[in-house]
Amino acid sequence: MRLFVPRDAAARAVGADRIAMALEAEARRLGRTVEIVRTGSRGLFWLEPMIEVETPAGRIAFGPVMPGDVPALFAADFGARHPLHLGRPEELPFLKRQTRITFARCGITDPLSLADYRAHSGGRGLERAKSLGAAKTIEEVTKSGLRGRGGAGFPTGIKWKTVADTAADRKYVVCNADEGDSGTYADRMIMEGDPFVLIEGMAIAGFAIGATKGYIYIRSEYPDAVRVMERAIVLAEAEGLLGAEAKFDLEVRVGAGAYVCGEETSLLDSLEGKRGQVRAKPPLPAHKGLFGKPTAVNNAISLATVPAILAEGGEAYAALGFGRSRGTMPIQLAGNVKHAGLFEAPFGLSLGELVDEIGGGTHSGRPVRAVQAGGPLGAYFPRALFDTPYDYEAYAARDGLIGHGGLVVFDDTVDMARQARFALEFCALESCGKCTPCRLGSVRGMETMDRIIRGERREANLALVEDLCRTLKFASLCALGGFTPYPVMSAIRHFPEDFNRPRLTAAAAE
Amino acid sequence: MFLAWNEAQALEIIRRHDGREGPLLPILHDMQAMFGCVPVEAVSFIASAMNLTRAEVHGVASFYHDFREQPAGRHMLKLCRAEACQSMGGEAVAAKVLKQFGVGWGGTTADGSLTVEATYCLGLCACAPSAMLDGEPMARLDQASVDAIAQEVGR
Ligand SMILES: Cc1cc2nc3c(=O)[nH]c(=O)nc-3n(C[C@H](O)[C@H](O)[C@H](O)COP(=O)(O)O)c2cc1C
Ligand code: FES
Repeated sequence: MRLFVPRDAAARAVGADRIAMALEAEARRLGRTVEIVRTGSRGLFWLEPMIEVETPAGRIAFGPVMPGDVPALFAADFGARHPLHLGRPEELPFLKRQTRITFARCGITDPLSLADYRAHSGGRGLERAKSLGAAKTIEEVTKSGLRGRGGAGFPTGIKWKTVADTAADRKYVVCNADEGDSGTYADRMIMEGDPFVLIEGMAIAGFAIGATKGYIYIRSEYPDAVRVMERAIVLAEAEGLLGAEAKFDLEVRVGAGAYVCGEETSLLDSLEGKRGQVRAKPPLPAHKGLFGKPTAVNNAISLATVPAILAEGGEAYAALGFGRSRGTMPIQLAGNVKHAGLFEAPFGLSLGELVDEIGGGTHSGRPVRAVQAGGPLGAYFPRALFDTPYDYEAYAARDGLIGHGGLVVFDDTVDMARQARFALEFCALESCGKCTPCRLGSVRGMETMDRIIRGERREANLALVEDLCRTLKFASLCALGGFTPYPVMSAIRHFPEDFNRPRLTAAAAE
Repeated sequence: MFLAWNEAQALEIIRRHDGREGPLLPILHDMQAMFGCVPVEAVSFIASAMNLTRAEVHGVASFYHDFREQPAGRHMLKLCRAEACQSMGGEAVAAKVLKQFGVGWGGTTADGSLTVEATYCLGLCACAPSAMLDGEPMARLDQASVDAIAQEVGR
C-alpha cells in the first residue's frame, strides 16, 4: 500500500511527521507493508495533516488526521466509512476550482525524485527552450505576459531581454526566495514541494540571458526549504542537469532575518556579503547587478512558472487572466479564514469571491471586517471594496497592491488603529537605515499613532500621520518606506471609527 | 552543543568557504552554528582573515537580526508577531508564553533553558498562530502547545 504524507513545513508544524511515524508503527504492528511517500502540500491547510492513499480509482484523501486516528484508518482499510474520508482530492471544491500551472505537481510528487518529476512532465520546458534558442525563449516568456510575482509586477520577458542585451563576461540569475510578507508562503511551498521546477526555471533563465551561475537567496526562517533545495541541487548535479556539463551552477544562500533583503538591490548587497542596504536605481540590476554584473533578479514563483510557459507555449498562458494581468496567480489565503490555503487561479476573481466563497469566511465564524492584501506594505480592504477583481491595475486603482499574492483575513474583533500602528512599527523595525523618511518617519509615525490610540489631539495627530505618510511615499529610497502608507492610510480611510473610539483595555499603552 | 570560541575551528570555517563569491554571510552563519553566536573575537578574526576592517565585519553582523553577540539559551523559541498570526490571536498566545517563562521579548530564562524572540512571519500563515522551536515549525498554537514547549525545554 502506498501512502502519501506531506513534508511541507506547515503540515509538519501541525503534526505530519507524527502521522507518518504512527502510520509506520501501526503498519508494523499489523504486519502490513506500506510505502510512505513524503510529498509537498496540496495547499489545503485547514485539512492538514492531509494524507492520501493510492487506490485503483486514484488517490483518496483523509484529513485532518491526528495520530490517534491512525488505528481506525487501518481498521477501515482507508475506506469511505472512515469519518475523515475526503474522497479524491481533485474533486474537493477548493482544488477543483483551481487552475494549477505553477503548482501542478506540488503535493502530488515526491519533491526529491527526479524520476517522479519527469513522469509528471517535468523537464519539458528546458528542453523546448534549448530547441528554440535563447532569443526565442525570451520571446516566449514575453508573449506569455508573465509579470514578476515578487510584488512589482514587472514583465519578466522584458527584464530578461535587458540582461541578455547587456554585454558582459559574466552574468547571474538570482532567485528571490526571501518571501518576507506576512500571509505569503507560495515560495516556501514550491521549494519544499517541487524544487526541480524552480531549478528548471532558473536553468531556462540562465540559458536565455547567458548566465552560468545562479543563486537562490532563501530566508533563514525557512530551514526546511533550504534543506530540500540544497538536496535537489545535489540530485540535479548528479544527473548532469546542473554543473559543468549543463554550463549552469546553482547555489543556495541563506538570509539572516532582514525583511528589507527581499528588496532586490538590498538582496544583492547581502549576497555580496554586505549590510543589506538598498541601492539607488539606476543602475538597474539588469545592467549592473551582483558584483556589478548584469543580473536577472526574479521571484521564486516567477521562475517556477517559466517551465510550464515554455512547455505549453506563451500564448496558452497569456490566454488566461484579466486585463494586463495574464496567466494564473497562486493566491495565498491566510490568517483568520476558514479555508486557509493556496489557491492558484487565473487573475480576475473578486476579493469577495476569494474571501467569502473560496475562503469560506473567517475561521472564528465572526464577520469578515478587513483583508490585508499583499503583505505588510499592502492596503487593508473593507467589505465595501470586495468587488475589486484580482488584478495588478485594479488593486493599484484602489490604493492597494496584490504584491506576492497574500490575503490576510481579519474578523470584526480587529482594531484597525493597532494595525496601522503595527505597519509603522514594522517599517521602523526593518528599515535598512539608508534613507531618513523610512528610518525616522516610521518611528515618528508610530509615536503619533500611539497618541491617537490614547485619544490625544486626534484630529491634529491624524493630520500629522497623513503628512508623514506623504513624505514616506515620495521621499523613501525603496518601497519599504514608500508603501508603508498603504496599510496606514487604508486603515484610516476605510475604518475611521477605529481611530476615534474609547478603548476598554490598556492594550494601547503597552 | 556549541563550542567555546577557538581559532582552529574558526579557521576551518573560513577555509570551508574558500573560493566562494561574497562568503561573509555563510561564514557568519557557520560561526553562529558552531559557537552559538558571533563573538567579538570572531569579528576580529574574520576581519583579518578576509582582509576587511573590523568595522566592516561588525557592520554586517550587527545589521542582521539573526546574528547575536552573546549565546542564546539552550532552546530558542521564535514566536511570530506578524499580521496573519495577529489575526488568529497570536499576541494573546505570545503573552501567555512570556508570562509562563517569565521573560520579555528577546529574553532568556534565568536557568538559561530558553530564549524567546519575536519573528515576523514563518510562512506558516495558513495555520496561524505559529512559532519555531529550535528550528522546528509549530502552528495552530494554543495552551496545549505552550505546555508542549515547556515540556520540550524541560521547565
Ligand atoms: C521591502 C521590500 C521587500 C521585498 N521583498 C521581496 C521578497 O521577499 N520576494 C520577492 O520576490 N520580491 C520582493 N520584493 C520585490 C523585489 O524588489 C523585486 O521586485 C523582485 O524580486 C523582482 O522579481 P520579479 O520581477 O520576479 O517579481 C521586495 C521589495 C521591497 C521594496
Ligand atoms: S504571519 Fe505568522 S507565520 Fe506568517
